[in-house]
Amino acid sequence: MIDSKERASKLSYLPPKTDWMDTPTVYKEGMYCYAAKPSRLEYMDAPYPKDWSCMDEDWQLPENWKEIILEGMKERLEKYRTFKIFMDICVRCGACADKCHFFIGTGDPKNMPVLRAELLRSVYRNNFTKAGKILGRIGGARELTIDVLKEWWYYFFQCTECRRCSVFCPYGIDTAEITIIGRELLNLLGLNIDWIAAPVAFCFRTGNHMGIQPHAFVDMLDFFTDEIENVTGVRMEQTFNKKGADLLFICPSGDVFGDPGTFTCMGYMILMHYLREVHGLDCTWSTYASEGGNFGLFTSHETMKRLNAKMYAEAERLKVKWILGAECGHMWRVINQYMVTMNGPADFLEEPVNPLTGTKFENAKATKMVHITEFLSDLIQHKKLDLDPSRNDRLKVTFHDSCNPARGAGILEEPRHVIKNVCNHFYEMPRNCIREQTFCCGCGSGLNAGEDMELRMTGGMPRGNAVRYVNELHGVNTLACICAIDRAVLPTLMGYWAPEVDVCGISELVANALIIPGEKEKTENLRGEPILRKDVEPDEWYTRPDFPGREE
Amino acid sequence: MKLKDLLEKRKSAIITHWFNLVVDTYPPDTSRFLKKQKDHFANPVGTTISYNLGPLFDELVMDMDPDNITKLLDPIIRIRAVQVILSPSQAVGFVFSLKEAVRKNLKKELLDNKILNELLLFESKIDELGLMAFEIFVKCREKIYALKATGERERVYRAFKRAGLVSEIPDGKPDGMINFLKSDNVEVEPLSKGS
Repeated sequence: MIDSKERASKLSYLPPKTDWMDTPTVYKEGMYCYAAKPSRLEYMDAPYPKDWSCMDEDWQLPENWKEIILEGMKERLEKYRTFKIFMDICVRCGACADKCHFFIGTGDPKNMPVLRAELLRSVYRNNFTKAGKILGRIGGARELTIDVLKEWWYYFFQCTECRRCSVFCPYGIDTAEITIIGRELLNLLGLNIDWIAAPVAFCFRTGNHMGIQPHAFVDMLDFFTDEIENVTGVRMEQTFNKKGADLLFICPSGDVFGDPGTFTCMGYMILMHYLREVHGLDCTWSTYASEGGNFGLFTSHETMKRLNAKMYAEAERLKVKWILGAECGHMWRVINQYMVTMNGPADFLEEPVNPLTGTKFENAKATKMVHITEFLSDLIQHKKLDLDPSRNDRLKVTFHDSCNPARGAGILEEPRHVIKNVCNHFYEMPRNCIREQTFCCGCGSGLNAGEDMELRMTGGMPRGNAVRYVNELHGVNTLACICAIDRAVLPTLMGYWAPEVDVCGISELVANALIIPGEKEKTENLRGEPILRKDVEPDEWYTRPDFPGREE
Repeated sequence: MKLKDLLEKRKSAIITHWFNLVVDTYPPDTSRFLKKQKDHFANPVGTTISYNLGPLFDELVMDMDPDNITKLLDPIIRIRAVQVILSPSQAVGFVFSLKEAVRKNLKKELLDNKILNELLLFESKIDELGLMAFEIFVKCREKIYALKATGERERVYRAFKRAGLVSEIPDGKPDGMINFLKSDNVEVEPLSKGS
């Protein structure tokens, strides 16, 4: 009789069954981002800039770091009512526990939203509640130590603030806000990641995350103008910083400089040309407010406010009627949920009305900023766009609800309405992966760096899994989304989980379907891929080797 | 009775045991969730493991078709290859826990030497499966490194291109060139047709 004990040791490895408070945090390569360079923090007047790495034993903290954190907590508990409530009311029912893409993907229990919040809540109990002070550990309280601080850093930067967990919380606790406060506290000690701190500093200085200077911004759009002319035969000059234009158009800079967002950017340009030529509507770009995204949201409330102000200052300077916002993710959470409190009301702008249809965007009454898919959907509903969806026939499209527009701004129907009018082949992913239950790309809130690839691949796995499912079931080859971070990171995610699927923005699909006055006969789309010939059946096309995504 | 028949008869118990052993490589809180949640989209890790272990077991009992095995192993390894909570050996080592599952479920039968000898052969097949798992694991890791490298390379190239430091080769042949093979020649010579 062979006993299993005779087998090589270690094979029957079982993880330790310790309580979470006794399970030490081990920093694993691929699961964290590099620390913020001091220059970024200095530029923003942020405290304690330093050259450091999270793997250093010594984090170069000021002597009174504990006092700074606890004082910071006290201040925020008084200032933000939600934070105080979220610290108090959780009954640890566990409804959120298995809803986080990071928990599902990494298998690390400390990524359960309830436990991630508990990392902070335990310190709150210890220092700010009577029960915690008396009962100590039995009451779920613990002392703030350097190990606790390091645990915070590791796990608060393993949360994309996507808010899927909050959808399932019976009390409405928004764990994203707990992460936001957690990161804000860490920032009091200069403990940010570079992938957030750099975009913040760039945005503050040059107006966008990438540090693109005004002339380079114009150069890039000029280059796109040439590209568009090659495809359509029409020269579509854009206007920049034009005073008195009808609308100010703001997009995420990721679309201006990163593929495949660049095709979405060309889509915006084609749409603007169309609106000007066909309907006489004048939209202008700004080379100063050249960013829709706001990495301040991932740093601190104060930073978010400073970066958000620029867009409105520019709208006021240019004397436009209102702002048209592009396909950006967290920009819409900032606009929809924080803007009015931070920098509003924007009384110098008009309450948004679509001049071509008369539709009042009631939801944007206070913010004066309309989402491009709301605008497009309205135009399509009133038949203001001349569209030929068969030009997208080689695409079998599914839609990834980007977390912030979906859960942070309720933009669920408009993108679908637009896609269905510009594409003939649209397939939904399963119900528990879309709309308000959408799974995050795993890279939001500043985690879209290169060094945390394992974190990204595990966090994005539930999304990858659902895309692969529709790819195998329906032959879906295109994943549409309305967020620039999505467009930047999903191609890599698809490369690992669903290699046949390409990623695009909705404006790209619209532009490809749009019949532009004076255009030449279109044989290629914006990517230079041949448009499906009328005499070829879509299903036959799909089996051909030159079908998009077939290279892999 | 042959081992093959025994394995087929006890299949369900063995696979359940194997599944539990695999899932218990995760921390207890995670393992509980992986076992409980049956929806594939809410629990891709647990369901991928549970869907694929059965057919993998069938392959081992039958002829072990390498293509089928790759199709069944890949989804599990693909997940475990990026889960840093597991060490590389743990990521692929779950294959070997099948040995424990079989032995525990056939305790009495294994007292028979004939069955025991057959088990040795069957376990060699499990070893082979382990090697295949290792190959898939390495391919997944290589893919991750390739994705990282591509990302970095493209970022640098784009930055260079944006700064006007590099220029793409245009379509078609050049209009003219300088023939440096001739000494002191700095004249641009037009290229004759067909050259």
